[in-house]
Amino acid sequence: MIRVRNLVKRFGLVTAVDGISFDVEKGQVVGFLGPNGAGKTTTIRILTGYHPATEGSASVAGFDVLTQSLEVRRRIGYLPESAPLYPEMRVREYLRFRSKLHGMPSAEAAKAIDGVVGRCWLSEFVNRPIGQLSKGMRQRVGLADAILHDPDVLILDEPTVGLDPTQIRESLSLIRELSERHTVLFSSHILPQVEQICDEVIIINRGRIVAYGAPKRLGEEKAAGSRLIAEIRGPGAEIERAVGALAGVESVERQTHDGWERLTIRARGRDDVREGIYKLASQKGWGLREIRRELDSLEDYYLKITSGAMDEGRFSGARA
Amino acid sequence: MKHVSTLAGRELSVYFLSPIAYVVLTIFLAVSGVLFITQVFSPGAESSLRGLSNEVWPIILVFMLPMITMRLLSDEFRSGTIETLMTAPVTDADVVLGKFLGAMVFYLVILATTFVYPVLLMIWGSVDWGMAFSTYLGLILLGGFFISVGLFFSAWTSNQVIAVVCSFMLLAVLMFLARYLGGFLSGLPRMLVQHVDVRYHYQDFARGAVVLNHVVYFVTVTALFLFLTVKTLESRRWR
Repeated sequence: MIRVRNLVKRFGLVTAVDGISFDVEKGQVVGFLGPNGAGKTTTIRILTGYHPATEGSASVAGFDVLTQSLEVRRRIGYLPESAPLYPEMRVREYLRFRSKLHGMPSAEAAKAIDGVVGRCWLSEFVNRPIGQLSKGMRQRVGLADAILHDPDVLILDEPTVGLDPTQIRESLSLIRELSERHTVLFSSHILPQVEQICDEVIIINRGRIVAYGAPKRLGEEKAAGSRLIAEIRGPGAEIERAVGALAGVESVERQTHDGWERLTIRARGRDDVREGIYKLASQKGWGLREIRRELDSLEDYYLKITSGAMDEGRFSGARA
Repeated sequence: MKHVSTLAGRELSVYFLSPIAYVVLTIFLAVSGVLFITQVFSPGAESSLRGLSNEVWPIILVFMLPMITMRLLSDEFRSGTIETLMTAPVTDADVVLGKFLGAMVFYLVILATTFVYPVLLMIWGSVDWGMAFSTYLGLILLGGFFISVGLFFSAWTSNQVIAVVCSFMLLAVLMFLARYLGGFLSGLPRMLVQHVDVRYHYQDFARGAVVLNHVVYFVTVTALFLFLTVKTLESRRWR
């Protein structure tokens, strides 16, 4: 549905988007994740035809965003960041205006407006001027406008910013619901929101994709490694030495707790050394009361990116 | 093209929802009303609109129309609604023409209110309807040109004050400075400057003559500024 190849966008000397490629299949919900200023909005604006790309190409529903912009724009519903609306218009009036811009016949438009107003919980507010609505309400009007013409693709830029927790939950479940009929690409800088409802996640940082794939698999892949915690009773120094000598073990730290040696073991890569430790303990006759594996979460990885602690190179591998 | 009427309709409705339109309308009617009563509508005065249409109205329009046009695009840039507008399936030309027509219809509404003057003259004296027709035609062409200039500057900035000042400056050059400079020149330079002078093209209409040259002048300069506005809007995508 959406196909992006080597997209580059420069504003003067600043490179906002630096060689991004990804695909969104029909019916998927894809989360576009990254810290502020990562290039999310710029990419989205290229997809919606608001900005032309400096290099590379992008297409939506088979139409090129630059050369067949009008065809693309007929097929997308777009909610820009902060949902800009005309404050002096009333909700129904605004939606009617937008339906005309999409060339909908008025009878069909009236039905569609009633439909989206119901879905976005706006029924009570249709005759209120938009300027009088709260931030969350305006966001819903923007969303209603985006789905009004039943587009193939929905592109939502930060749809949950500025909402209270209840509204965030409602919006996310609405987006999930919408994905039954539309392909959805939405951006956010909050990982749990994306993990919750997305089939795939694209994490971008400084204009480059640093991670791309299903959230669960990505979590396993991108987690920097795993940690084992083992509690063994026996001669401390010998245990430390023997465990350290096991294949796949990178480092061992030892602490003594009421007669038990608590080992924190870092494995090399994704090797699982639990069985080796068990065999070692039973062979030597040491007591073993706990052995547990802790994986770094995607959240840890994402935090590292957003805090700027990691400057990963261009994402070149296949999707996770 | 059917989007143009949708967009124009929205612009027109915004005019009647915002206070600026009423302020502008009130000032225009007050000034022309006072001048009509004191200059035209008095015993012994010439029974025609020339007293108003020759000098007063064009000068009022220089101040008034930029105030009508300043928000057309600037406000879309400031509020960010330009993004929803330009990502809807409408062309840049649709947007520009829609805005132009919206402002134009609003201007025609203002102009229609002055129609009481020839009617009053008809009741108390006689009216040369041919001349009234040419005067109104001239005012419509002049207003259309001024609106296209205002719209052009509105496409350059998200600040309405800058838009209004820039359009006012250009209109002032075309209205006043050109005539002033023309006085110092002779021969070809004088002729060139004269062609820039809006009043040179407008005054024949106020005298009751519809000269094709002048009609063509107004239509082409209006089209030029509308074209430049479309290009400005297009260029903003690249910045």
